[in-house]
Amino acid sequence: MAQTNNYGQSSNGVADESPNMLVYRKMEDVIARMQDEKNGIPIRTVKSFLSKIPSVFSGSDIVQWMIKNLNIEDQVEALHLGTLMAAHGYFFPISDHVLTLKDDGTFYRFQTPCFTIPNCWEPENTDYAVYLCKRTMQNKARLELADYEAESLARLQRAFARKWEFIFMQAEAQAKVDKKRDKIERKILDSQERAFWDVHRPVPGCVNTTEADIKKSSRMKQPHKTRKSVYGLQNDIRSHSPTHIPAPEVKEPTEEELQDQIHHWQAQLDRHRLKMSKVAESLVSYTEQYAEFDPFFTSPEPSNPWISDDNTAWELEVSKEPGQQRVKRWGFGINEVLKDPVGREQFLKFLESEFSSENLRFWLAVQEVKKRPIREVPTRVQEIWQEFLAPGAPSAINVDSKSYDKTTQNVKDPGRYAFEDAQEHIYKLMKSDSYSRFIRSNAYQELLQAKKKKTKNLF
Amino acid sequence: MGEMEELRKEAENLKDQITEARKVVQDATLPEVAAGTAVVGRVQLKTRKTLRGHLAKIYAMHWGADTKLCVSASQDGKLIVWDTLTTNKVNAIPLKSSWVMTCAYAPSGNLVACGGLDNMCSIYNLKGKDGNVKVMRELAAHTGYLSCCRFLSDSEIITSSGDCTCVLWDIETGTQKTIFAGHMGDCMSLAVSPDFKTFISGACDFTAKLWDIREATCRQTFSGHESDINAIGFFPNGNAVITGSDDATCKLYDLRADQELITYQDSSIMCGVTSLAPSLSGRLLLAGYDDFNVNIWDTLKGERVGVLAGHDNRVSCIGVSSDGMACCTGSWDSFLKIWN
Repeated sequence: MAQTNNYGQSSNGVADESPNMLVYRKMEDVIARMQDEKNGIPIRTVKSFLSKIPSVFSGSDIVQWMIKNLNIEDQVEALHLGTLMAAHGYFFPISDHVLTLKDDGTFYRFQTPCFTIPNCWEPENTDYAVYLCKRTMQNKARLELADYEAESLARLQRAFARKWEFIFMQAEAQAKVDKKRDKIERKILDSQERAFWDVHRPVPGCVNTTEADIKKSSRMKQPHKTRKSVYGLQNDIRSHSPTHIPAPEVKEPTEEELQDQIHHWQAQLDRHRLKMSKVAESLVSYTEQYAEFDPFFTSPEPSNPWISDDNTAWELEVSKEPGQQRVKRWGFGINEVLKDPVGREQFLKFLESEFSSENLRFWLAVQEVKKRPIREVPTRVQEIWQEFLAPGAPSAINVDSKSYDKTTQNVKDPGRYAFEDAQEHIYKLMKSDSYSRFIRSNAYQELLQAKKKKTKNLF
Repeated sequence: MGEMEELRKEAENLKDQITEARKVVQDATLPEVAAGTAVVGRVQLKTRKTLRGHLAKIYAMHWGADTKLCVSASQDGKLIVWDTLTTNKVNAIPLKSSWVMTCAYAPSGNLVACGGLDNMCSIYNLKGKDGNVKVMRELAAHTGYLSCCRFLSDSEIITSSGDCTCVLWDIETGTQKTIFAGHMGDCMSLAVSPDFKTFISGACDFTAKLWDIREATCRQTFSGHESDINAIGFFPNGNAVITGSDDATCKLYDLRADQELITYQDSSIMCGVTSLAPSLSGRLLLAGYDDFNVNIWDTLKGERVGVLAGHDNRVSCIGVSSDGMACCTGSWDSFLKIWN
């Protein structure tokens, strides 16, 4: 479908740096298949009233083709994908500025490659001005400006007041060239040009699919280069977007960085790797264990407040009541007990009854000091040291000598993580010893059973 | 010059060896192991609330720990704290810079943070004495845009930036405690592990990195994506990482197997992933895409089990509340929606 037209060279190489290039390439692949002579969408010329409509296919044709040739389940999916491709300008409805796909007899046409996004990137407002100006010179009802286009033209005339004569001349020149074209070719080209602008200057209310996330656009390399005029005009006024900071070059590592990288890769190579079957099993069992607590799978007791407008489930959570589900969860692992304020309370209560609560109290105190503002940390660290670790400490805990020595050092220059090693050691002790005793204890078992009885009574 | 070449070769060699070492433990795939698990079936979530009030694109949202409050940031230059149940705005905080890209809610509920093209992370105190919400700190040191931030507590926050680094800050003194450097491209997103000892970052160098907060080192690097990683999150058990990329796929990497376990993709999905969040059990992955939809994936079997189509523009952010009861999506169409 090679077309010669009024437009300048495409800014090709630059488009590769667009973060969305992968998306465009995927769409292009699908379009290429749609345009395949044998297996693509049949394109035809339709006779209408007094004239012919060249080179079209219907919305239903597109939907049917997609369902047959792509991995698409149903019409809804086809319409979604098709509308996406239309919104990006790859094909368009010939009688509408709004780029969506409809599953009916609406006529569509393919866009010409030189107007598609990877090849034609970010046209200037001056280009748009030339285009709208040209449209006013063409005496055809079907080419009359829509209201929003007329408004845009008025705005552009004010913005480019000083160079309007130049813009006008460009428009005239293009209109002249267009007149010389074959009638059918003109029809097609006019519609493709209009569709191009529908993508880059969409109808108010429509999404501009060329809009880039500001995180990405501030990264685009050499923003000045992308601003190549579609119509061959000089580069001009920027559209109102945040200041384009010249993006940093692709980072080539320095020698020091390479050394660091090597060090890192070596460490990663030396890691012990678990078998995939084993980790996969652990993921599977985790999801199975928690399925009953996942509101997307199991309705929470007594109901999901979002759906029923009944806040009981939340009230239960906030209350100090050890509800059955909650208690059951504590049995999954020590982390569940430590995460839940009620769990911590019950765990502490149990340990106090055994006169062995110092480990948990130490762990809790260390967690707390990590959140403190830095100015309060040194005092707090001293307090914890005195209470749990100093010789003659009232709540002496037992840590291995290595951790003890390290902690002694840390406490001299106390930071948030002064007790990290000791805490790790205590955590492991609690996990293997105190926690297992707690779960097996009468206190815990009673809680687990008690709630069951209670819920039975409700019914 | 020869030395640089030597070093580069050594790095490449090590990477090849890592690839080989990873192959050694590939004795099964996740879908194979999960074959016996019950099928999830079609997941259909409904919009329960629509939060209206922003006047421009929403770029970020974050649930508070209390499961009903959330904060959102929009290009209209406002940070809004919502009571999602009543849809009332608890706070509407005007920002100095409207080019905001991220926001975060502290676990305590006392603070919120945001940042963007101003290269700064601004901390706001919601519980100030006179009831006014004021800037408490402005954390400035990054030389690139602030893409993401997450509180460890009211005293510490981690940020990721377009300057390719992540930073741990002490909020009270406003200073950088640790700089995590190593990414070769803009850092786009970060997530903190459930035990608060590590965090992960995704970047425009197509890799995800696991960092030890205290040791200030990068423990592991994961690659495989073919384009920018925009979103990252932990699997709820803390042993796996999920990433979402411009290459239209999401990937699950296991930390103990040190490699990718599965990719979530479909040939009919062509647009980049902007955001993601796992459900409470981790069985479902909700991911927001550029094509205005949220796709719901069965994380174990790799199949798409649902679509949330309710936004009229790109879904830019997504989050599941801590009790797992609701999912919130934010979009360029200026609305937030609550689904379950």
